[in-house]
Amino acid sequence: MGLLDQKFENSNIVVTTMDNLLNWARLSSLYQMQFGLACCAIEMMAASASNFDMMRFGVIPRATPRQCDVMIVSGTVTLKMASRIKRLYDQMPEPRYVISMGSCSNCGGPYWEHGYHVLKGVDRVIPVDVYVPGCPPRPEALIEGLIKLQEKIRNESLAKKKAV
Amino acid sequence: MIETIATPKTSTGKSLRTEEMIVNMGPQHPSTHGVLRLEVVLDGEIVVDVIPHLGYLHRCFEKHCEHMTSYQQVIPYVDRMDYVAAMTNEFAFVVAAEKMLKIEVPERVHYIRIIMAELQRIASHLIAIGTFGIDMGAFTPFLYYFRDREKILELFEMTCGARLLYNYMWIGGLSHDIPPQFVEKTKEFCTDFKKTLKEVNDLLNYNEIFIKRTANVGILPKDLAVNYACSGPMLRGSGVNFDLRRDDPYTLYNKFEWDVIVGKGEMGTVGDVWDRNIVRQREMWESLRIIEQAIAGIPEGDVQKAIPKRIRPVPGDAYGRIEGPRGELGFYIVAEDNVTPYRIKARAPAFVNLSVINEISKGAMLADLVAIIGSIDIVLGEVDR
Amino acid sequence: MTAQDIHDILKLQFTDAVIEAKLENVVDPFIKVRTDMIKEIAVFVKNDERLQFDYLMCLSGVDYKGKLGVTYHLYSMVHHHKIVLKVEVPTETPDVPSVESVWKSANWHEREAFDLYGFNFAGHPDQRRILLPDDWEGHPLRKDYQTPEFYNGMKVPY
Repeated sequence: MGLLDQKFENSNIVVTTMDNLLNWARLSSLYQMQFGLACCAIEMMAASASNFDMMRFGVIPRATPRQCDVMIVSGTVTLKMASRIKRLYDQMPEPRYVISMGSCSNCGGPYWEHGYHVLKGVDRVIPVDVYVPGCPPRPEALIEGLIKLQEKIRNESLAKKKAV
Repeated sequence: MIETIATPKTSTGKSLRTEEMIVNMGPQHPSTHGVLRLEVVLDGEIVVDVIPHLGYLHRCFEKHCEHMTSYQQVIPYVDRMDYVAAMTNEFAFVVAAEKMLKIEVPERVHYIRIIMAELQRIASHLIAIGTFGIDMGAFTPFLYYFRDREKILELFEMTCGARLLYNYMWIGGLSHDIPPQFVEKTKEFCTDFKKTLKEVNDLLNYNEIFIKRTANVGILPKDLAVNYACSGPMLRGSGVNFDLRRDDPYTLYNKFEWDVIVGKGEMGTVGDVWDRNIVRQREMWESLRIIEQAIAGIPEGDVQKAIPKRIRPVPGDAYGRIEGPRGELGFYIVAEDNVTPYRIKARAPAFVNLSVINEISKGAMLADLVAIIGSIDIVLGEVDR
Repeated sequence: MTAQDIHDILKLQFTDAVIEAKLENVVDPFIKVRTDMIKEIAVFVKNDERLQFDYLMCLSGVDYKGKLGVTYHLYSMVHHHKIVLKVEVPTETPDVPSVESVWKSANWHEREAFDLYGFNFAGHPDQRRILLPDDWEGHPLRKDYQTPEFYNGMKVPY
């Protein structure tokens, strides 16, 4: 316990609000669902590898949606896949967040004009918290999206009503 | 009732009744390398039948091509088909289009394209073997290989600005010439990479657990491979000595000295999963040889000299193919007297290689199925297009 | 073996099956054959000693406005020569005999042609959609295809 107990001069008692404590716990260990669809998945894998290392933010990939907090939709969402994404999102326990990575899941991407089988944006089936633009976004951009999500979680409050 | 290897018997001497079970390895699965759904019919642990379901990433590539206003505009879409090895996709399309339009490119363009294609082959095999190692339970080669893949992506970014999807090879030439420090940095990469290759070779290939999981699994016989039109490391792992770079030349590979790696069944049978893996590992050494020879003698020239200002072809069609990291990647282009392409069909190697999975996994166990999928090396972007 | 020799061998064996052949001044020489004889021709070109086309590189459907066509790109691993065979069918009755029993790689290629163009491959063991969902209506790569407005409650156009 190196870092925390050097902050207190007299005693080891911390006074904080319930909101702050809960939010700090949630944003520091966002477990990610291993869900790569297309090209952005390769950049997501590169972001978890040693050069950019998402694990230092507490983001560990888990294979099952039942143990995850955040789902990073990376890649094109097709109409055939959309119902499976909805099912996976429903299987995640709350509080759950969604990061939409790349142009294809933001708005359909390069396939927006003539793609008869492409869903123009994953926000047509599930609610999205952070949009990361790019085709594909650099790993640094994905990490910035993650930090923006952490800021969003930091401002949450138990007292505020949430839309389901 | 199904007779398995040893049908259990109750205390009265009667056989226990068993049934087949259908298990769904669904579109979201850590080991299917993308959105592939496999319906596996199991008898206990033994696989009786595998039915693949595709189409979860069908992005209407061929329909988009019919609405482009130029053949050059197709190239970013072609990139996104096999997103792990984008340079070779562009290479295949450009070879097919230049064959149809009868364009001769300068020699400098040939050399740079060969260097980029071989660097991309190494980068693609790094992902293939890295993720295959993860499926088998070996996490470390993945991290070592991604560290080296980042060096290759830095080389690409230095040349054309993008890490993954480049839009670099244009019909008739290239979009940018190589910068002055490219040659130096590539030579550095070639020297450093040999250490990693040796390291992972000692870690992974001759590891007893790895051999037990991969030898004699998923055997693909020679004539079945040819009948199913398999190509690339799948075909060469089964003992067929065939490589498009040598046998159906499309560029100047005959100027360099390199060998074609063929599986010999060193650890098990010819054509098993171990053979395909070792073919990919040794191909990386050969790619390094080609890059070192090419980088030493790039001729001078202008890479944009032969790029046509406007492409309006004579009506006709052409089929061009190259040796990609996964196999034979071909494009069939049908042209009419218009700037818009009439029909472009992409013959994706992963699509054709995947069709053989039913035949080679009969009688394997469920864990072996994971090894077999990893050794076929699929990328769903090109399977579904 | 040149394309002219292959064409001569085919014409000798099947006198009336060859409709058209373009072998000179063209990038890929092709032979257009009668649709109902494509299966016999496939068996012949695979087994004949001089031809031995054992590798089907690509099988693609094309929509020439008014007609549909299938193109077969063949390669021989033994003799290292290539040829292109083409067949044409009217759009209303696109029935083509399946060559799946000759080259197993045609299995998935023909399923894709059925899915995207609507061909009916007679003799195919498993003709169902491969890329699009099973309840999709229409065959998208035809030139007169209209993108649907809604699919299962999701809006399709942008």
